[in-house]
Amino acid sequence: MTALNLKLLRDLWHMRGQALAIAAVIAGGVATLVMSLSTYDSLVASRDLFYRDYRFAEVFTRLTRAPEAVAARLAETPGVERIETRVVAVVKLEVAGFTDPVTGVLSSLPDTGQPLLNTLHLKRGRWLTPYSGDEVIVSDTFADAHGLHPGDRIHAVIHGKRKALTLVGVALSPEYVYQIAPGAMFPDFKRYGVLWMGRNALAAAYDMDGAFNNVSLTLTPGAEAQAVIDRLDGLLARYGGIGAFARKDQFSNRFLSEELKQLQTTATVFPSIFLGVAAFLLNVVVARLIATQREQIAVLKAFGYRPLAIGWHYLKLVLTVAFLGVAGGVALGAWFGQGLAGVYMELYRFPYLHYVLNPGVIAIALGVAGLAAASGTLVAVGRAVRLPPAEGMRPETPVVYRATLLERLGLQRLLSQPTRMILRHIERRPLKSLLTVFGIACAGGLMMVGNYQRGAIDFMVDIQFRQAAREDLAVGFIESTSGRALFELAQLPGVRHVEGFRDVAANLRFGQYHYRSAVYGIQPDGILHRSLDRNLRPVQVPPGGIVLTDHLANNILRVKPGDLLTVEVLEGRRQVLQVPVLGITKQYLGVSAYMRQDDLNALLREGHVVSGAYIGHAPDAAADLYARLHARPRVLGMVAHAAAIRSFYDTLGEFVLFFNMVATLLAATIAFGVVYNSARIALSERGRELASLRVLGFTHGEIAYILLGELAVLTLAAIPLGFLVGVGLCGILVVVFESDLYRLPLVLEPYNFALSALVVTVSAVISGLLVWRQLGRLDLVGVLKTRE
Amino acid sequence: MADNTAECVFRAKGLTKIYRMGEVEVHALRGIDLELFAGELVVLLGPSGSGKSTLLNILGGLDTPTAGEVFYLDRNLSAAGEEALTGFRRDHVGFVFQFYNLIPSLTARENVSAVTEISKSPMRPEEALRLVGLGERLDHFPAQLSGGEQQRVAIARAIAKNPAVLLCDEPTGALDSATGIVVLEALEKVNRELGTLTVLITHNAGIADMADRVIRLSDGHIVEERRNAVKKAACELSW
Repeated sequence: MTALNLKLLRDLWHMRGQALAIAAVIAGGVATLVMSLSTYDSLVASRDLFYRDYRFAEVFTRLTRAPEAVAARLAETPGVERIETRVVAVVKLEVAGFTDPVTGVLSSLPDTGQPLLNTLHLKRGRWLTPYSGDEVIVSDTFADAHGLHPGDRIHAVIHGKRKALTLVGVALSPEYVYQIAPGAMFPDFKRYGVLWMGRNALAAAYDMDGAFNNVSLTLTPGAEAQAVIDRLDGLLARYGGIGAFARKDQFSNRFLSEELKQLQTTATVFPSIFLGVAAFLLNVVVARLIATQREQIAVLKAFGYRPLAIGWHYLKLVLTVAFLGVAGGVALGAWFGQGLAGVYMELYRFPYLHYVLNPGVIAIALGVAGLAAASGTLVAVGRAVRLPPAEGMRPETPVVYRATLLERLGLQRLLSQPTRMILRHIERRPLKSLLTVFGIACAGGLMMVGNYQRGAIDFMVDIQFRQAAREDLAVGFIESTSGRALFELAQLPGVRHVEGFRDVAANLRFGQYHYRSAVYGIQPDGILHRSLDRNLRPVQVPPGGIVLTDHLANNILRVKPGDLLTVEVLEGRRQVLQVPVLGITKQYLGVSAYMRQDDLNALLREGHVVSGAYIGHAPDAAADLYARLHARPRVLGMVAHAAAIRSFYDTLGEFVLFFNMVATLLAATIAFGVVYNSARIALSERGRELASLRVLGFTHGEIAYILLGELAVLTLAAIPLGFLVGVGLCGILVVVFESDLYRLPLVLEPYNFALSALVVTVSAVISGLLVWRQLGRLDLVGVLKTRE
Repeated sequence: MADNTAECVFRAKGLTKIYRMGEVEVHALRGIDLELFAGELVVLLGPSGSGKSTLLNILGGLDTPTAGEVFYLDRNLSAAGEEALTGFRRDHVGFVFQFYNLIPSLTARENVSAVTEISKSPMRPEEALRLVGLGERLDHFPAQLSGGEQQRVAIARAIAKNPAVLLCDEPTGALDSATGIVVLEALEKVNRELGTLTVLITHNAGIADMADRVIRLSDGHIVEERRNAVKKAACELSW
C-alpha cells in the first residue's frame, strides 16, 4: 500500500466518529432509495408475471343479462383477441360463528377446463369437479380471515335463495390483487369475499341459464382499447351494459398502480433529502479536514505531488465514506424492502412476491451517493489543490470576528463573554450556520412526514364516517324498490333512523372530460348521510341540480358551479341528461356526485324509488338487526361502518408502525449526523482556543457552554424550521398522492410537531454528551507548545 | 567542494518579488543576482523579513518571481508553469522546513516513502533514515519522536529522492542548540557524501561557519557574500 493510501486509512480512522455519522446519513438515503426501488421493482415484476401467467383481461364490462349467443358477436368485434363471458353474482354470505354482514362476489368458472382469462392461482385444495353443484373456491384473504379450509362449508344467499357451498380450494386471482368491496372505502377481508363456482350451478342459482352478465377480453396487438370499448358498449347497450372499462380503470389494478406511484415518489423525495444533507455534511467535514491538513498538502506539493493526485487522495477519502454508506444503505434498504414487501403482501395478494434487488438499483445508489458525496466535497478539495505550497506552509491568518448584530444594537451588556463568543461564532459563518440549521430542520421535517399519515388517516376517517357518512349500516337492495320498503326497515327492532337513497351508474361528461361514477340521490335534510362544504360543514344538496366532490369538479371534469354537466345514465332507459352543477363538496375518500333523491327520481322518470337505505341503529341491536336483514331476500348487501373501520385500522396498523419505525430511525440518523459533525468540527476548529481558556481557569462546564451553547442555539432555531420543512414535505406528499381514490388532508396534530422536536432534541443531546466527553480530554499542556 | 569549476546549478538575475497584502505592497526581493554551484553548502543569512525564505521558495519552484529570471541548469524556472514546477520539485529538489512538516498519520519510514514512491531513482527509505542516524526508529510516528528526530526524518525525506538540491528553511529554528547540531551534522553528512547542493537559511550567524559560502540578505538585497576560508565541522559550532 502506498504511503498516501496509508495516510488515508489512518485519517479515516482518526475521524471515524464523523465518518460513521456521515456514512449513516448516506446509508439512510440509500436505504430509502433501495427500499422503495427494490419494492417497486419487486411489485412490478410480481404484478407483470401474475397478470401475464394468469391471463389478466384488458377490457371488462358488466351488463344485466345477455343470451350466450351474443358472445359470438362480441368475439367478432375488431380488436378483440380472446373473450370470456361469465356469470357474476353479488351475494350474501354466512360463515358459521360470524354474525356481521358478509358480502361476497360469486364468479363463474367454466365447468370443464380452465378459464380463458383471469385464471386462478390455486394456493390450497383442488379445482372444482366438472359440473359440480355446490363446490366453490374462495379467495385466500377471505379464507385466511375466517380460518376456512378445504372441506369447510359456508352458505350463500344467491338471488334470495340460501345455498350450502363446499369449499374445495383457496385461490388468488389477478382480478382481485387488491380486494375491496364495490363502494367500500377500505379492504375488509372478513366482510368481503370473492368466490368461484361452476358456471352451470351458478347460472341455475342466479337465474342466468344460457346467459351471461359479465364480459372480459384481451386485445389483439395494436388494438385501441377505447375503440373496442366503444364498440362493446354499442353492442351491449340493449342488454343493460353499464359501460366497459380498460384494465387501467379496473379497481384492483388502479389501487395497485396508485401504490406503485407512491413508491416512486418515496424513491425520489426522501433519498434527495438524505443525500443533500450528506453532501452538505461531507462538504463541511472535508473542508475542515483540508483546513487542518493545509500544511501537509503544501508539503506534498513541495515534494512534487501533482494537484490532481492530491485532489484524488481526498476524493478517495470521501468516496470511501460514501461507499461505506452505500454498503450499509443497501443492506438496510434490502432489509426494509423485504419488510415493506411483506407488509404489501398483506394488502396486495400475489401468488408469489419475488423480492428482487436489481444490480441496477445498487448502481443507482452508488452513482447517486457518490455524486452527492463528490459534489459536496469538490469545492473543498478544489481549494486544497489550488493552494500554493508556499502559502500553505504559512499559518492561517486569524479569522476575522466582529461584534454581532445584538451587540451593535447595544445589547452587549445583557450578554456574558461566553455568550458573545457563541453569537459571534454563529454570525461569522452565517451560511454554514444556516446550513447546519437547515440540515437539522430536515431531520425534524422527515420525522413529521413519517408520522403524518396516521393523523391524516384519522382525520379522513373522522370526516368520512363521523361527519359525512354517519350511518351505522348501509343496506343495498337487489334492485331499485319502492320507497315503502323504508317503512318496513324502520319497524325493525333497534332501528333509530332510516334514510333511503337512489344510486345510478352514470358517465359524467363535461367538454372533453368524462368520468364514470355513480350519481347518488340522497335526502336533502338527511342526518345520516350528508355532504360537506369546503369548510367541512354539512350542507343541504340544493334542488334542481347536481353537487360534485371538489376533486371530481376541479381536477377531473374541470367544471364550475353554473356549468351544465352531461349525465349519461348507464342503467335502465339510459337517458342522456343535462344537469346544472350547483355546488362543490369536500370529500377525502373517493369522488361522488350528489343530487336530491326526488330530483334524481324525477330525472330518471321513475316514482319514489330507492336503491338502498342508510340506517342508524342502537349499538346493542347490531347482531339481531344483521340477522333480520340477512333473512330478507331483497336485501343484497350490508356494510357496517364501525366494523369496517376497525378492520381497516388493523390492516393499516402494520403499515403505520413500519413507516413510523423507519422514519424515526432515519430522522434520528440525520439529526445525529448533523449535530455530531457540527460539534466535532467546532471542537477541532476551536479546541486550541477552548484549551487555552481551560489553562486560564475556565471549568469544563464553562468551555462546554461555549461550544455546545452554539449547537443548542442552532438546534433550537432548527426545530421550528423543521416544522416548516415538515409541513412543506407533507404538502408535497398531499399533492403527489392525490387521486380520485383518495386525497390526504394536510392535517398535522400537535403530536406530529412534538415528536419531531423530541427526536431532534434527543439526537442533539446525545451528540452533545459525546462531545462533552471529548472536551474533558483536551490536551492543556500540548496547547501551550503548539505554534500558532 | 567549493570550486568555481563546478557546474552552475542555479543562476538568478534581477530577481524581484512583490507581494500584495491588501492595500500594501511588500517588496520581498529587490533585484537579486546569484549563482549557486553543484556540491556547495551555502548559508543564506539574514533577519526575518529580509527575503531569504522568498528566495528559497523561488529557487525551489514553490513560488515565481515578479520580475527577473532564475535558471536551474538550462531551465528557466521563472517562465515555467505550475505543471513544470511540480515536475521540477518532484525530480530535483528536496525541502527541509523549520517545523518539519511531517505527515502525522505516517511513520518515519512511511513519511519518507511518500516521497520515494513518486521519485525516479530514490534510495530506500530505510537507507535515507540510516543516513541521518534514525535507522532504529523507522516505525515511530512523528508524535513519538523528539523535535530533532522529527527534523532528521524531514531531512531523510528530502534526500531520499537523491535530489540535486537540498533547500533548508531554518532547519534548526525550532530546536535547542545541542539538537540543532545533530541536525546540522546530518545535513553536513549528506552534503559531503552525496554531493548535494545544500542551501540553508538561518538568522543564526553561528551556523554560517559550516558553509562554503555565506550570503547575507537584508531588506530584499544581497548585502554581503563571503567564502569561508576555513569550513568548521558542525560539531564545532556553538550558539
